Amino acid sequence: MPATCDNGMNLQALAYKLRKDVINIIVSGKGGHIGGDMSIMDALVTLYFKVMDVTPENFASGKHDHFVMSKGHSVESLYAVLAEKGFFPLAQVLNEFSRFGSKFIGHPNNKLPGIEMNSGALGHGLPVAVGMALACRMNNTNERVYTFLGDGELAEGSNWEGAMAAANYHLDNLCALIDRNRLQISGCTEDVMALEDLKAKWLAFGWHVIVVEDGNNIDELTAAFEAAKATSGKPTMLIANTVKGKGSAVMENKAGWHHHVPNEEEYQQIMRDLDAAYEEALKNG
Amino acid sequence: MAKANKQVICEVLMEAAKTDKDVVVLCSDSRGSASATPFANAFPEQFVEVGIAEQDLVGIAAGMAHCGKRTFPMSPACFITARSYEQCKVDVAYSHTNVKLIGISGGVSYGALGMSHHSAQDIACMSSIPGMRVYLPSDCHQTKKLMEVLVKDNEPAYIRVGRNAVEDVYSEDNCPFTMDKATVITRGKDVTLVAAGEMVKPAVEAAKLLEAAGISTAVLDMYCIKPLDSETLLQESAASRLVVTIEEHSIFGGLGSMVAQVIGQHAPKKVVCLALPDEPAPAGTSKEVFAYYGLTGEGIAATVKQHL
Repeated sequence: MPATCDNGMNLQALAYKLRKDVINIIVSGKGGHIGGDMSIMDALVTLYFKVMDVTPENFASGKHDHFVMSKGHSVESLYAVLAEKGFFPLAQVLNEFSRFGSKFIGHPNNKLPGIEMNSGALGHGLPVAVGMALACRMNNTNERVYTFLGDGELAEGSNWEGAMAAANYHLDNLCALIDRNRLQISGCTEDVMALEDLKAKWLAFGWHVIVVEDGNNIDELTAAFEAAKATSGKPTMLIANTVKGKGSAVMENKAGWHHHVPNEEEYQQIMRDLDAAYEEALKNG
Repeated sequence: MAKANKQVICEVLMEAAKTDKDVVVLCSDSRGSASATPFANAFPEQFVEVGIAEQDLVGIAAGMAHCGKRTFPMSPACFITARSYEQCKVDVAYSHTNVKLIGISGGVSYGALGMSHHSAQDIACMSSIPGMRVYLPSDCHQTKKLMEVLVKDNEPAYIRVGRNAVEDVYSEDNCPFTMDKATVITRGKDVTLVAAGEMVKPAVEAAKLLEAAGISTAVLDMYCIKPLDSETLLQESAASRLVVTIEEHSIFGGLGSMVAQVIGQHAPKKVVCLALPDEPAPAGTSKEVFAYYGLTGEGIAATVKQHL
């Protein structure tokens, strides 16, 4: 199955193009959570261009699918995707990100079109998404609810409160995704606070669990989201195995790039690598 | 007839739920203590149980509110403000969701259960969140009027009530109420007593004792702690030589602190704050704890005489 959306765009390639936008956003604002932006980009692109019904046109009505970016520090990737969707111009993000008085701050801000809930404090997205899914069911709508969590974030106990509630209420209109890049700011997740056996944990909590072997592959992600849609009686968790810093060897799998602004030399190399990955994806598409 | 404010809250919500299917009550294994069992039984489709998980309670309430519901999470004040403080701050106030946080059994209501169950910090912590309103109604009549407004508006708020039935300050036929305006119970020119919640009744009793002693006493029911009604405060206390605040809350960051800020800036005069001191309250009923700290009609009157 080719990684394209309805208008024929090659989404695997688009994800690399948007990674370049993220790098430029971070350089322009002199800060950003670059590693997690790179690992989650393919899941965001899949969600916004293949899975969710949400557009700049239907957003204000509130009648659309819903998304909460629980790992709010990866907001730069969300800005790039929302700009590509037409919610606001990329140039505005580049001009305003992290500047004094800006709405484009370092975590999701629902004063901006396309963003529903503020986040940034970790462990909030899942309970909020559970509430949205409960309300959508009460409202008898077919709207679906999505939330993306970081793996390090799972040490927050509130996630497990939300996990219990989602299963208790059989919320099959809820799909969560873990950006399983195995790194957090202090190092490897398994060294900081061991998460494994992650699949067994979510299964034990009563969720339908899909492990996305390559969480940076649009086709695999698309299939997983489709399987979640087809699931009834329980919420679905996608454990997406991703690469932190995905797209350039300068950043990949380096905990130090959790929050980092590339210097000029790093910037040039990263952009060359992302261009090459973009071309490769176009060829394969 | 005196009844617990939490019971009145449930009654108002049940009345609203009949015609507004978006009214949703959420509890954290707290439906019994919140007097919300009648709601849960009458409106099972508009009731959500989350178990003993207050962070989840507030997060879920915020998510539901975002999708069109008017949510009323009801949980002990000590837990809904402290355990889930970050959810109140981020998911409710910052994300601007229509959640009315109902803190039941506030202050020292839980008596001998100890400091873990007392909420003497809730006014301070909730008031300091931008966009969060804070209300402490004094009796069942005022609670009804307040809730009838809150059940229809669209802004976040925290409402704290006590555990037990409180004596009436007002009556069914005579309960003057204007939203976000303090209720002037008596006018007076020597001293102004400013109270909220369960401390309004002892303030009224103190005023009677003081009037009998020839001290003209104003009593303000400042149920709207945030937004504080500075206008009425300054107007009614203009002639007073002394302002005394009375609250079932820590001496730090509550009604007394806020009133002192307003008086200090606009009409400097002596302000004495009666509150819970910086220590765990002793075991005992609310009445016993209030008596111990001088939060009674006699205690307040004695304080006034001492400082006037």
